[in-house]
Amino acid sequence: MNNLIAITAKETKAYFAMPSAYVVGAMFLVLTGVFFVFDISSPFAEAGVRGLVDWASFFTIFLAPLLTMRLLAEEQKLGTLELLLTSPVREWEVVLGKYIASLAMLLAIQFVTLYYVLMIYVFGDPDSGPVLSSYLGLILHGAAALAIGILGSSLSANQIVAAVVGTAVLLFFTFIDRVSSLVEGAPGGFLNAISMDGRLSDFTRGVIDTSHVIYFLSLIAIFVFLTIRSLETRRWR
Amino acid sequence: MIEVSDITKFYGDFPAVTGISFSVEKGEILGFLGPNGAGKSTTMKILTGFMPPTSGTASIAGFDIVEESLNARKHIGYLPETVPLYLDMTVSDYLAFMGNIRGMNGKEIAQRRSDVIEICHLEEYSSTIIGKLSKGYRQRVGISQAILHEPDVLILDEPTIGIDPIQVVETRQLIKDLGDNHTLILSSHILPEVSLICDRVIIIHEGQIVAVDEPENLGTNLSGVERVELEVKGPNREILAVLESVDGVQEIERDTVTGGAFHRYQITVDLGKDIRSDLAKVVIQNNWELLKLQSLGMTLEEIFLRLTIEEQQLNPEPEHAQ
Repeated sequence: MNNLIAITAKETKAYFAMPSAYVVGAMFLVLTGVFFVFDISSPFAEAGVRGLVDWASFFTIFLAPLLTMRLLAEEQKLGTLELLLTSPVREWEVVLGKYIASLAMLLAIQFVTLYYVLMIYVFGDPDSGPVLSSYLGLILHGAAALAIGILGSSLSANQIVAAVVGTAVLLFFTFIDRVSSLVEGAPGGFLNAISMDGRLSDFTRGVIDTSHVIYFLSLIAIFVFLTIRSLETRRWR
Repeated sequence: MIEVSDITKFYGDFPAVTGISFSVEKGEILGFLGPNGAGKSTTMKILTGFMPPTSGTASIAGFDIVEESLNARKHIGYLPETVPLYLDMTVSDYLAFMGNIRGMNGKEIAQRRSDVIEICHLEEYSSTIIGKLSKGYRQRVGISQAILHEPDVLILDEPTIGIDPIQVVETRQLIKDLGDNHTLILSSHILPEVSLICDRVIIIHEGQIVAVDEPENLGTNLSGVERVELEVKGPNREILAVLESVDGVQEIERDTVTGGAFHRYQITVDLGKDIRSDLAKVVIQNNWELLKLQSLGMTLEEIFLRLTIEEQQLNPEPEHAQ
């Protein structure tokens, strides 16, 4: 437990001391903000966060792997992974500590988007229920994206490769439902079931569907677990 | 303190180490000597629990490195070949983190951190970002993290590689001092370094141990493997012909001698033979003048080359056999 806290603290500190995290975060906020303005400026715009969540979740596909790509790839490159794994530290402590740190960074970035929400409240009268559920969805989606990203980071010592792998897997989960309609029967149903798309729209309507919550939590658990296994099997390669 | 028995490690089909066994007593400094790619680092990575052996067992402080890896790792301080540093942390933060993940509490860390900073002479750099330090200082930071938690066993992989000569001397002294309180394994491909620091040397070549002994004994045990220097007055060609016919002579090299009416030869002799009397006899029998006959001790370099070459001759390259 102490190890987990030590690793989480070190990684969180590293994130907030890192210029690149701010650059990536700022890019995300600018892009999200620009598209939010387009959305909100249309004649029939509603006073809600649906548009914001759509764009924020879309850009998270690129943000999350950029945030996580460093986590394990850099350790492999610098040789510090050897140091961690020869210290009395368990693999899950390493992975979970780093994952929690990346989640802290993502939450900090998402927190800034509340500024846009504040604008909606200033200039409109949105329904607070969907706003809250939307953010729950956004956080769950982001957390799942980070879990996928960290797996990518464990697979390569090259951060670019790590980010590309993470983004590719995320795109797969996001757009697989477009393909699933072409696939008949059970396989098509399965592809539809594992797709991320459409799940967030329920949250933006103010509906917290347990199956969606479980879906995202499962993705987190599976990918964090796979990352731990990926690190463990490093020893056996 | 360290027991290694019959360890073999394959990378795919390639055997990095085969059937290595040795043990290290408490307080001993063991040198691991071999050319690059001999299997030194692999053996160390196995001992530190970074990767498991393909077969064989090893234990550190009584804990099996695979079965009780976590306990074994608690007793190890390790400096890998590429010094593992977080370049964006300060020396002080880095040491605190390393202390944390080794289960030290805040008080212990504060105490030990100032100790190791002093031992490794890092006082001026404790709040410097590691990325800004020179290679020699980075090496010291690497050593300081290895000794931070007062481990029973220190494993240092090529600790003096890539640092400048003055720092090498300082680092060697530092390691020698550390040997007073730790059981230490050190790898190197530099022979004088090992003979200077270590109580005992293991020479490893192509994944196998070719010799184990104290640095001084390595020379005497192999006293048969030696060279003889001979100075004779007489006709060079005839002398050479006669010397070559002496039983046990492997190779004769003629040194150029300026301003002397004699010839000087360096004769390489078969393993385990002292042929000095035979050489003297043939020189006298031919009525040449024997000016000098001296056995030249082998340097560790020569012993090393000799051993590794013998090894190759005994075990011809396996890939050609397939």
